[in-house]
Amino acid sequence: MYLVALLLLGGILWQGLVSVHPFGDPGEVPMDQYYLEKAQPEKAANNVVTAIVFDYRGFDTLGEGAVLFTAICSVAALFRQGGHGK
Amino acid sequence: MKPMSVIVRTVSNMFTWFLMVFGAYVIVHGHLTPGGGFQGGAVVATGIAFLLVAQGGDRLLPWVRPLYLTFLESLGLLAFLALGFLGVRRAFFYNALANTGSFWFGQPTPLGANSGVLGTSGTIALMNLAVGLEVMAGLSMILLVMFKGIRLYETQGKGEAGHDR
Repeated sequence: MYLVALLLLGGILWQGLVSVHPFGDPGEVPMDQYYLEKAQPEKAANNVVTAIVFDYRGFDTLGEGAVLFTAICSVAALFRQGGHGK
Repeated sequence: MKPMSVIVRTVSNMFTWFLMVFGAYVIVHGHLTPGGGFQGGAVVATGIAFLLVAQGGDRLLPWVRPLYLTFLESLGLLAFLALGFLGVRRAFFYNALANTGSFWFGQPTPLGANSGVLGTSGTIALMNLAVGLEVMAGLSMILLVMFKGIRLYETQGKGEAGHDR
């Protein structure tokens, strides 16, 4: 029973593995080309990764900073000194 | 935590300056070289951790106060949000300062492969500074707060002494 399930799952995963496009040949090229060509003239940034992280996908970075802020607030609340009513 | 031996303290006295300067370099040059606000802030916070381990908390805590760190952390996140709202006339997080020729990182960059000009990329550099401030203060704050928790646990005996009555 387990062997049948293992073979079924392995077959499905193998099908997915052989249909992956080869390394160095990504599927969605136009978006990458846009970033690589427009990052210098549009945003005047030599570092394309930073241009994506802080400008094209800046809202995502805002969420990242908010997650960090919330984590730090919760750690400070967990390790606080003195209890209730002190 | 007690201070470590004199060898470790001497090495930390020499090495922490390089670590801090390297972290500040990674933050400030985030739009030119690999790295940025998150990575540079983590490097500076590593320097704080190094000082905490080597010199002991009793010498570090008068230098680095958690109240100031909380202020810097909140200031960093608020500055990041304000810089995002700077270009809200076009879109949220629109880069309103790039290629305008203004003093705040407004110069255009030369195209093609070059080593870069520091005064380029508009709000990206300012956002790097804001995020670097936030990450540096936040991770240092986590370290100091955890150190205070350890000290509380050691002084007040075992069990949850300080958390609830």
